[in-house]
Amino acid sequence: MSNWKLICKLDDIPQLGSRVVQRQSGGDIAIFRNAEDEVFALHDKCPHKSGPLSQGIVHGRRVTCPLHGWNIGLEDGHAVAPDIGSCSKFDVKVENGEVFLAV
Amino acid sequence: MSKPRLVLIGNGMAGVRTVEELLKIKPDHYDITIFGAEPHPNYNRILLSPVLAGEMTIQEIVLNELDWYKENKITLHTGKQIKTIDRIKRKVIAEDGTEEEYDRLLIATGSTPFMLPIPGNDLPGVIGYRDIKDTDEMIDAAAKHKHAVVIGGGLLGLEAANGLKLRGMDVTVVHLGPWLLERQLDEVAGKMLQRSLEDKGLKFLLETQTEALIQGESGRVAAIRFKGGMQIPADLVVMAAGIRPNYALAEASGIYCNRGIVVNDTMQTYDPKVYAVGECVSHRGIAYGLVAPLFEQAKVAANHLAGYGIGRYTGSVTSTKLKVTGIDLFSAGDYMGGKDTEEIVLNDPHGGVYKKLVIKDNKLVGGVMYGDTADGPWYFQLLKDKRDIHDIRDSLIFGQNLVGDVGHAGNSKAAEMADSAEVCGCNGVTKGTIVQAIKAKGLFTLDEVKKHTKAASSCGSCAGLVEQILASTIGGAYTPASSDTKPLCACTDHSHKKVRETIVAQHLTTKEAVFAFMEWKTPNGCDKCRPAINYYLISTFPHESKDDPQSRFINERAHANIQKDGTYSVVPRMWGGLTTPAELRAIADAAEKYNVPTVKVTGGQRIDLLGVKKEDLPNIWADLNAAGMVSGHAYGKSIRTVKTCVGAEHCRFGTQLAMSMGVKLEKMLFDMYAPHKVKLAVSGCPRNCAEAGIKDVGVIGVDSGYEIYIGGNGGIKTEVAQFLCKVKSDEEVMEYSGAFLQLYREEGWYLERTCHYMERVGLDYIKGKILEDEEARKAYYFRLLDSLKDAKDPWQTSREEQPIKQFIPIKLEA
Repeated sequence: MSNWKLICKLDDIPQLGSRVVQRQSGGDIAIFRNAEDEVFALHDKCPHKSGPLSQGIVHGRRVTCPLHGWNIGLEDGHAVAPDIGSCSKFDVKVENGEVFLAV
Repeated sequence: MSKPRLVLIGNGMAGVRTVEELLKIKPDHYDITIFGAEPHPNYNRILLSPVLAGEMTIQEIVLNELDWYKENKITLHTGKQIKTIDRIKRKVIAEDGTEEEYDRLLIATGSTPFMLPIPGNDLPGVIGYRDIKDTDEMIDAAAKHKHAVVIGGGLLGLEAANGLKLRGMDVTVVHLGPWLLERQLDEVAGKMLQRSLEDKGLKFLLETQTEALIQGESGRVAAIRFKGGMQIPADLVVMAAGIRPNYALAEASGIYCNRGIVVNDTMQTYDPKVYAVGECVSHRGIAYGLVAPLFEQAKVAANHLAGYGIGRYTGSVTSTKLKVTGIDLFSAGDYMGGKDTEEIVLNDPHGGVYKKLVIKDNKLVGGVMYGDTADGPWYFQLLKDKRDIHDIRDSLIFGQNLVGDVGHAGNSKAAEMADSAEVCGCNGVTKGTIVQAIKAKGLFTLDEVKKHTKAASSCGSCAGLVEQILASTIGGAYTPASSDTKPLCACTDHSHKKVRETIVAQHLTTKEAVFAFMEWKTPNGCDKCRPAINYYLISTFPHESKDDPQSRFINERAHANIQKDGTYSVVPRMWGGLTTPAELRAIADAAEKYNVPTVKVTGGQRIDLLGVKKEDLPNIWADLNAAGMVSGHAYGKSIRTVKTCVGAEHCRFGTQLAMSMGVKLEKMLFDMYAPHKVKLAVSGCPRNCAEAGIKDVGVIGVDSGYEIYIGGNGGIKTEVAQFLCKVKSDEEVMEYSGAFLQLYREEGWYLERTCHYMERVGLDYIKGKILEDEEARKAYYFRLLDSLKDAKDPWQTSREEQPIKQFIPIKLEA
């Protein structure tokens, strides 16, 4: 079963922005918040050339990698066509204005 | 609730393109049914000629596989011709009795070849040239018969003749006109074309009228007789003497037609529930037979079918290119000219090159090119943009190479490049890969090629070359969008120009207001439009519109330049390239304290600390700020550096105090955001050690004052700055260069460098604003100073207004 871990308050993540969660192993996780206050979590590594997705521009349910402009779907971690590739996603939920990550 | 029903009559390029555009902007809005008379899915009719010539297969030219219809839940009826449109009951009836009701009807029935009304025009072996069936019949005839006659020396006729010749037939082209392609070429180019086609073995009978086709013993056509009695053998006769729009079906249903289905600028017929696009249409009295205008129509029709109600089709300027391998031919616009036009002609019959440009009121209105068509797309762009060419007139005929660079080493002969030649140096994309993608995926625009191949998607310097490859691969199907009307991104149909104008006119001060007022198709834009809009807002209303960090690229959010490994580079500002021992000591201390792995001197006379972790950025900057240093903006679409030589302060040749002038300029422009980065240089004498000739604004000291140059570029597009004016004092340097930069800030499109802006509007236009109108110049200068009056270090702003915590990662305990 998932182990929900409190990460931060929703307001700690800017709208259309992100925060980085550092793990002791397995690489960083990027937590995104969009304009509708939906929250998503992806491995902070673009499938193209490992760019930090957390630093990209968030729009709709997508983020654009800052290095070479690939668009990655926030819900599934898949690159938007015609690019091909995906990065792993993590379960995340918001309760009472607090963000929890499944680890 | 059931969805409204959309029925499309005509499964061809214009109709299906409209459906594609519709699905793009409003998927799932309609239940869609498509009727096609041919038994095939939608294919690229333009590429039938390469199929006939044996250069491509039918399979390669299919644009929408049957799976595409399935995936989009479209009901497709192939091989079913619609017999009746019942507008009262709102349904269509096919010949086999199939009926389909509609809420909206789209007619895209195309055209049919015009069959000359002469005896024998219905004999076996006499065909038009329109579809796969005709092509198959020609291929079949070429295998069995010897003599082919093509009636009509237009584009289609010549392509058919070339294909049949390549398939081994003896081909004669019969043409009524005095020279070939008289609708696309003037006489000189027409004759040159004829000579090269004759070299390929084709025969021509010009100014010849056909009288009858004569039946042979087998029942098939055997000969052709001309007026005057001459007769030649013909086992195959291809009629390519023009097309007739198919509007009988629409006319029979009572829709108003006049040499085509009459539509308004929204592609609507006289029945508001019925739209029409493509070759069957008569728009403002013109029926287009080329594909590019049809695509423009498709976009407009789709927008109105989707219920957005924006976009008007106002007609097209067309260009053509003959798809006969080995023959380079391009024409566009009004290539014949008239009494109120001027012509620039380059004629080299021995070298096989002929170019003619037709100019009216200092604007290009048409052109013909034969033998060297590399610059065709560029001329076409100038024509569509209605660019004033007065300032480049003397070298215009020699092409973009001489006016400005088109790419690396000016290599622009797209058609002659080997398939293995690298086109895009950033992403390693070869010409072969691009051609393959264009053909296999049915790409028509530069943006599509960028997306699918990545060519021209990084630095963009090869965009011109990619456009040429696109043009030479798909011929007349290619048309560049006019820069003024090209949509900003996929979120909108509005152009940069339109967005800028609307922000000013409607006094829009937030991105939300722009999205709402201009009916954005996405909820909050994308990485292309958001930074552009954010810039337009803050540059238009500097003290009113609030900067939106989330609409800025990461570099401008972190005030540092992201590197390939996710670390950042830090560049403290050194005014005019000057520094002090104390500053150097502070930089050295910071580099050691934060374990900076690489320290480098930049091209703009600054020191770059590379490899800084994001979480260290606030601290390293706190240290540097404490030592009196501010951000060098080495990351922004902003003022970067003012590079200086040592000037008259030290140099024995110096005429002006270059360092002091440079520092003054840099202090004036500190924190200035612009459509793209801005670099300046000041040299103290004409030896120009600060390389002012390749800067956005270059200032060169002379004994009597300063010369100001603008629009130079040392990057992607090496461009020598052009002389703007000569001034006497430091104050004037600041006023003139400040006014120019403010003009660029107010009118440039996001990501347009000064050299591109200048190419778009012309140097004369800028001189008119800055030199000839003193009041305007002072006003621009004042607005620049006003918008920068509260300029401060971005780190100070960050500390005051934005939580620094964005830089701090959240640690997850095990």
